[in-house]
Parts: sequence; structure tokens; C-alpha cells
Amino acid sequence: MNSRIAYIAFNTFREAVRDRVLYNLIAFALLISGAAILVGDISIDIERLVVVNLGLTAVSLFGVVIAIFIGIGLVSKEIDKRTLYTVLSRPVRRWEFVVGKFFGLTGTLVVNTFFMALGVLLALLYVAHKFEKMDVWVLVALYFIVLQFFIVCALSLFFSSFSTPLMSAVFTFALFVIGSLAEDLRGFARITSGAGGWLVTAIAYLVPNFSALNVISQVAHGDPVPGRLILYNSLYALLYSAMAISGAVLIFQRRNLK
Amino acid sequence: MSAIEILDLEKSYLVGFWRKRPKLALRPLRLTIEEGEVFGFLGPNGAGKTTTLKLLMGLVFPTAGTARILGMPMDDPQVKSQIGFLPEQPYFYDHLSARELLTYYAQLSGVPAKACSSRVEQMLTRVGLIDSAGVQLRKFSKGMLQRVGLAQAILHDPKLVFLDEPMSGLDPMGRREVRDMIQQLRAEGKTVFFSTHILSDAEALCDRVGVIHQGELRGVGAVAELTSQKKGQIEIIFYAQTVPAGLTQLGADARISGDMVNAVLPEEQQDAALEVLRRERLKLISLTPVRSSLEEYYIQKLQPAEVPNDIQHQVRDKENRKGAGV
Repeated sequence: MNSRIAYIAFNTFREAVRDRVLYNLIAFALLISGAAILVGDISIDIERLVVVNLGLTAVSLFGVVIAIFIGIGLVSKEIDKRTLYTVLSRPVRRWEFVVGKFFGLTGTLVVNTFFMALGVLLALLYVAHKFEKMDVWVLVALYFIVLQFFIVCALSLFFSSFSTPLMSAVFTFALFVIGSLAEDLRGFARITSGAGGWLVTAIAYLVPNFSALNVISQVAHGDPVPGRLILYNSLYALLYSAMAISGAVLIFQRRNLK
Repeated sequence: MSAIEILDLEKSYLVGFWRKRPKLALRPLRLTIEEGEVFGFLGPNGAGKTTTLKLLMGLVFPTAGTARILGMPMDDPQVKSQIGFLPEQPYFYDHLSARELLTYYAQLSGVPAKACSSRVEQMLTRVGLIDSAGVQLRKFSKGMLQRVGLAQAILHDPKLVFLDEPMSGLDPMGRREVRDMIQQLRAEGKTVFFSTHILSDAEALCDRVGVIHQGELRGVGAVAELTSQKKGQIEIIFYAQTVPAGLTQLGADARISGDMVNAVLPEEQQDAALEVLRRERLKLISLTPVRSSLEEYYIQKLQPAEVPNDIQHQVRDKENRKGAGV
């Protein structure tokens, strides 16, 4: 990685880690894991299912909230507070700044996910008393959640490159919700004909397919995740994030920093 | 080689919600700053000073024109490693300490890793922040932040330093420190381009000044020349409780300040004025020729914009009188 991108990424990471709101969200996610234990305790024979379902959903939702919450302010906050002026007046290209910010935020989320996942795994160990072979799929589900975060980060950066933080949050969250229903949307597109069918198909394939990245229910039941899906999802997340980041860079390159 | 060569740089913004129309922020600007020069860019608030600096820094893009900085096109990435910039009322990452912030900027500026730490410590010492180097910037006062701003601008030993309103909002001590810093930079042979609306600072520091108003460069001149022009008057200061009648008869414009009198009168009355003081047995403190000030030049350069308005008023008055049959 270009050293300037690494410095910007590290500074973004450091800023996020020193932000107290972040700790509150993590604490909340750990609380949810604790709640999962409680619910698991009163759910006879399906403790594991409840803990994995609730725990991973909490990790995913809180991670997405953190990604949007920080992502929308990554660029706009720097413009508003004019901290960007002293960065861009150095030999730093605008694309390096955007990419550095992206890596800083995804790095933050990976570390956060690690701690939140630790909470879920401890809850799982508490109710099941030991880890089983099928628990490895929980790790795959966590990996997919991280891939979701990559896309959400890229999208929030994209929207914040041309819109206000509030609107960026609305756009990103709306896309997350629609994307979580992408498989249903694609199914709907298949049974719709005419111009409407074309439109729905275009939307169904344009929105990020978060439903393909959600295997929580599957792994909660102990079902394996096909290796092909892991490969496809990895490539999909990489490409989608790269496209969103490229869009953010293209817009930011032309932007006047008034 | 010129340090800065601005070639008809122009900027307009589109304003309005439904019908966007261009608003000119900077009319075509042509200006050359020589190496080693301290140049003051003067103008009232909203004159176009910050727009010019942002254009040169690549923070906003010109509508037309270009500039060359240290002989290179202003958008050449190499330029950025040789310039330093202090924005107006700087705000830095307040989760960082001064040491962390300067280290970050040094890394971004391409200061070699080995030299980074020593350079940062050197800068912290130079701006007098070594004792609070580990404190987060959110706990810093405005003056301390300005010092951090200056440190980050010169951290990588740039050849050319841009300072946007460096004295703005500082107390007298803070202003003095910034002035000293600019003088040190001049002594080191750096080129300094700074914008200000505080004329006394510009007069004390600059080799040349440019006056900008309503996005238009109204004039450029050497401070030494502008302030050395005699105005055909002398200023006499002497100890007295009242203004001698003889002096008033010579046409002196006098005012009493404590136990001193300050009188301004035509140069040709100098001998006669001294004779009056001798006759009255008054003790002379000083006698100096009255020279033009930077303030006068500044106000004179701001005038032309107002002239059309005056003319408009006169025309309107005439028309009104005609209409009233006067």
C-alpha cells in the first residue's frame, strides 16, 4: 500500500478508536450477546440457534450502524472542520485521501467485529459448553458480515462525497435495507414483464446484494456454507466496494472545497 | 525564477437554487512574487484573499487561468512538497496531541522516517509547545492552535509558505510571536505569502503588498516606497499644556495629549515653528517629516470601486432635480 494511504488509514483508525461513541456501540453489542445467553438459557434445546442468530444479527446491525455513522462523516467532517486543507496542501492526492479513509474505517470495523465476535463466541461456549465442528461456519458468517461492512463503508463514502451527512446516512441505510431484500427483488424481477420488469431487474442487480452475504440463519442451524459462495461473495464485495470508492474518488476529484 | 507567477487566475461560483448564475469570486488575477520576498495580500473580509490561496493550494479549481509555483505548474504534485500552508482559523484533529499531529503531517509531507521524530521535536521547541506536546489539541487555546498551525506549515522545511490571516484573533503576544516567526522565515530565505487585513502587521513585515477588493487586484507596491513618500508636512512634538498662538497662526493642526502637544504643519513653516518654540521656551521632543502610510495607500486603492456608486448618486440627484423642475 502507498505509504500516504497507510498514514491516512492509521489516523482514521486512531480517530475512530478514540471516539467514545464507538465504545458505547460495542458495549451495546456485547450486551446483546449477553441477552442472547439469557434467551438461550430459557430456550430449551435451541440455545445454540438462538445465541448464533441473535449474536450475529447484533454484530451485523451494530457494525452497519458504526459503518454508516462514521463513514458519512469521513469526508464531510474533514471539509466542514477544514482539517482537509492542511492534508491536501501536502503531496497527498485526493484519491489517496479517499482510499486511506476507506481503509481506516474498514480497519476499525474489522477490529470492532473481532471484539464483538469474541462476545458471541463466548456466549456460544457458555450455552454449548464446548465448540463443535459446525461452529467454523459461524466464522464464515462473521467474514460475510465484514464483507457487508466493506460495501456499507464504500457506499457511505460515496454518498458523503456529494451529499450532506444526514442524506448520506439515509441513502446508505436505505440501500442496506433494500440490498438485504435483493434476492426477493430479483425473484420479483423474474416474474415481472415489460418495461416494469426491466426496471425492477436493473434495480435488483444494481443494489448491493446483502442477502447473499447473510448466512446467519443457515449457520445457526449448523448448515455448511459452500466454498463457491465464499469465493463469489468475496469477489462481489471487492468489486462492489471498488466501484463505490471509484465513484467517490471521481466526484471528490472535481469538488471545490469552499 | 519567480516563487509565484499567477497568470489570469479567475474563479466564479454558481449561486442560486433554481436559476444558477455565476458569481465572480476572483477577477482575472495577474501577480508575480519573487523568491525570498515577504508579500502581504491585503483586503477587507470577502475580498478574495482566501479564494486566491485556495486556488493556489488546489483546494478549489480555477474557472480560468493558471499559476506557476516555484517554476512548476500549480497542479504538479511535486509543488506540494515544497510549500507550507496555514489556513485561516485552523482546526486540527483534536483527538491527537501536538506531537502526534506534527508526526502525521511530517509523514504525509514525505519527511524521511529517521528524521521525522527529531524534526517534530525541533518544531515543537521552535513554536514553544514542547511542554504541552503530549496534550490533546482539544485542550489547546486559540493561540496555541495557531502555533501548531505555524509549526505544521514549516515542518517540512518548505521554500514557500502561505499564511492565511495568521494574526487573526490572536492577542498582542500571539501576534508578536507570529510576526517574529515570519521575520525568521525571511531571514532563512523563504518566500512568504500572507493574507491579512491588519495593516500594521503588513507594514512591519512585508517587502511588497497587494490590495485586493471585490475579487479584483487594485494595486501592488513596495512597502518601503509607499511609506517613504513625503507629504510636504512636518510633525512637531513638544512639551506644553496649551498650543502656542504663534503656532496656530502658522496653520498648525495641533492636539494636546497629556503634557505634550503634537502639531502638524506645512514643511515651509518649519523654521518659523521652531522660532515660536524657542521664543516660548518650550522643549522640543521630535520633528519628523510626515510620510504617507500603508493605511492611506490601502484606503486609496479601495476607493475606485466606490466611485461609480458616487457618480451614480450624482447622476441620480441630477435626474431627480430635472424631474422636479429645479
